[in-house]
Amino acid sequence: MNATLHVYEPRGMGRALEATGAWVLGLLWVLPLLYAFWTAFHTAEFSTRLSLSAPLTLANFVTAWHAAPFARYFLNTLLLVTMVLAAQLVLTTLAAYAFARFAFPGRNVLFALVLVQLMVMPDVLIVENYRTMTALGLKDTILGIGLPYMASAFGIFLLRQTFKSVPRELDEAARVEGCTPLQVLWKVYVPLARPTYLAYALVSVSYHWNNFLWPLIITNSVEARPVTVGLQVFSATDQGIDWSIITAATLLSTAPLLIAFLLFQRQFVQSFMRAGIR
Amino acid sequence: MYGWLLLLPAMALLALFTHYPAIANLWHSFLSTPKGDRPAVFVGLENYQQLVEDPIFWQAFSNNFWYALGTIPASIALALLMAVWVNDRIPGRGILRLAFFTPTILPMIAVANIWLFFYTPEYGLLEQFTGAFGLPSHNWLGSKSTALAALMVVTIWKEAGFFMIFYLAALQSMSPHLADAAAMEGASRGYFFRRVTLPLLMPTTLFVLVNAVINAFRLVDHIVVMTRGGPDNATELLLFYIYEIGFRFWDSAYAAALTMVLLAILGVVALAQFFLLERKVHYQ
Repeated sequence: MNATLHVYEPRGMGRALEATGAWVLGLLWVLPLLYAFWTAFHTAEFSTRLSLSAPLTLANFVTAWHAAPFARYFLNTLLLVTMVLAAQLVLTTLAAYAFARFAFPGRNVLFALVLVQLMVMPDVLIVENYRTMTALGLKDTILGIGLPYMASAFGIFLLRQTFKSVPRELDEAARVEGCTPLQVLWKVYVPLARPTYLAYALVSVSYHWNNFLWPLIITNSVEARPVTVGLQVFSATDQGIDWSIITAATLLSTAPLLIAFLLFQRQFVQSFMRAGIR
Repeated sequence: MYGWLLLLPAMALLALFTHYPAIANLWHSFLSTPKGDRPAVFVGLENYQQLVEDPIFWQAFSNNFWYALGTIPASIALALLMAVWVNDRIPGRGILRLAFFTPTILPMIAVANIWLFFYTPEYGLLEQFTGAFGLPSHNWLGSKSTALAALMVVTIWKEAGFFMIFYLAALQSMSPHLADAAAMEGASRGYFFRRVTLPLLMPTTLFVLVNAVINAFRLVDHIVVMTRGGPDNATELLLFYIYEIGFRFWDSAYAAALTMVLLAILGVVALAQFFLLERKVHYQ
C-alpha cells in the first residue's frame, strides 16, 4: 500500500463528507449491538433507561448461566465443531487430491455431483435427512447434527484449487524419492495448503457454531443440544420478557466466537476473503 | 483406481445426505404421509394439488420473493458502499471495517434476539428514538404491514458486512495504474467508477449475488425467534413453512412437495449462474 492518496480518493470537503457518511453508517451498524451490551451489563431497571450513572453489573450473566445448562451446551457445540472440522479436513483433503491430481473415468461427472451441494445444502433437505437420521438411530446425537455436513463440497472445491496450484515438479520429485501417493499428499500438498486450511477451518467453525435450524430439528435433549438451540429454548420458555437476562444469555453464547474474532480479526477477515475468492 | 478410493468416503457421505435425499424427496412427494397403522400410499400429484390450493404456500412464496428482492440489492449496494469507503484512507477505517463485519460472525439466532429487543414496543431502542420525536408507538414485528420489512433490515444488517469484504478484496487487487491512466485522460471520479471500477467488480458482484440468493432461501433462523411466520403469515418464508409443516404438523409428504419447490428455485439459480458465467461478465 503506497502512502500517497489514490488519484480518485476524495480530498478536502469530499473527504470530510465521505468520512462523515462512513461514520454515521458505522454507528448505525453497531447501535443494536451496543444496546444489547448496555442491557446485559445493567440491572433490569436501567435496561431501557440510558443513564450515565447506571451501575454496571454482571448479575445478569450469572443468572443466565445458572438458569440453563449452558456449560453442557458449550461442551456440545465444542464437540460438534471439532468433530465436523476433523472429519471435513480428512474427507475433503482426500477428495480434493483425487480431483486435482488423478485421472480416472467419470472424474468430471463426479465433480459436478460434488458441486450440487453448493446449491442444495443440507440445510434445505431437512425433511429427508431427518428420516435418514431416524433410520440410522442418530436422532438427538451430536454425530447426527454433524454428519450431513462432513463431506463438504465447498471444502473440496477450495482445496482442489489450492492443490492444482502446487507445481508438478515438487510432486514428481517426491515420487522419485520413493514416496507413495498418500505420502506425497502429506509431505508436499498439505503443508503448502496451510493458508487454505486455516481459511477453511475458520469459516467452518463459525458456520457450525452458528448453525441453528438443523440442530433444532434433530435434537431434543440437553445432552445433544448445541448452544444456539440451547439459547433459543432458554429465551423462548418461561423467561417472560426479562430482557436483561435474555441479552446476557445471547452475548454469553456468542462470546467465545466474538472474542476469538476480536483477537484474530485479520486472520478471520482474510480467511473469509480467501474462502470466497474462487 | 486410486482416485476412486480417495474419493470414496466423501462421495458416500455426499450421496447419502445430498443426492439420495434430493431424489427420495421427489419420490416421497408422490406418497401420502403415513399415519399410525396406515402406511404411505402412492397418491400421484395430490400433494402438489394441495400445494396449488394452499393460500399459505402462495403467501410464503410471494413473501420469499419480496424478501429476496428487498434484501439482496440493498445488502449488495450497501456492501459496495462500505467497501469503497473503508478502502479509502478515512480516519478510523480499521474500526469501521470491524463495525461492518462483526454482525457476520454472530449467529443469526443471537442477532434475532438482539433485534427482537431493539424492535420491542415501548422498551426497544427504536421506540425510544421514535418516541423522542413524538411519533406514536408502533409494533414493528407485530403488525402485518411492517413485520417482513423489519426482518429484511435484520438480514441486510447481518449480510452487508460479509459481502463488503469480497468487494474490499477486489478493490485492493485493482491496479492503481488504471486510475492514473484514467485521470490522465481526464475522466471524472464518477465516470471512472461507472466505467472502470464497476465492470471490474462484476465477477465479485456475481459471486455475492449467488450467495445472497441462496441465503434468502436458506436462512430462516430469525423467523423462528422473531415472528414464527406471523402475524397472520406475513413473514412466512418457504423454508420456515417447510419446517412448520414437516416438524410441527408432521405432514412429511406435503413438506416433501414444498421442498421440491425450494429445490426447483435453487436449480434455477444454479442454471442462471452457469449461463451468466458462460457469458463472461468481466473483461479480463
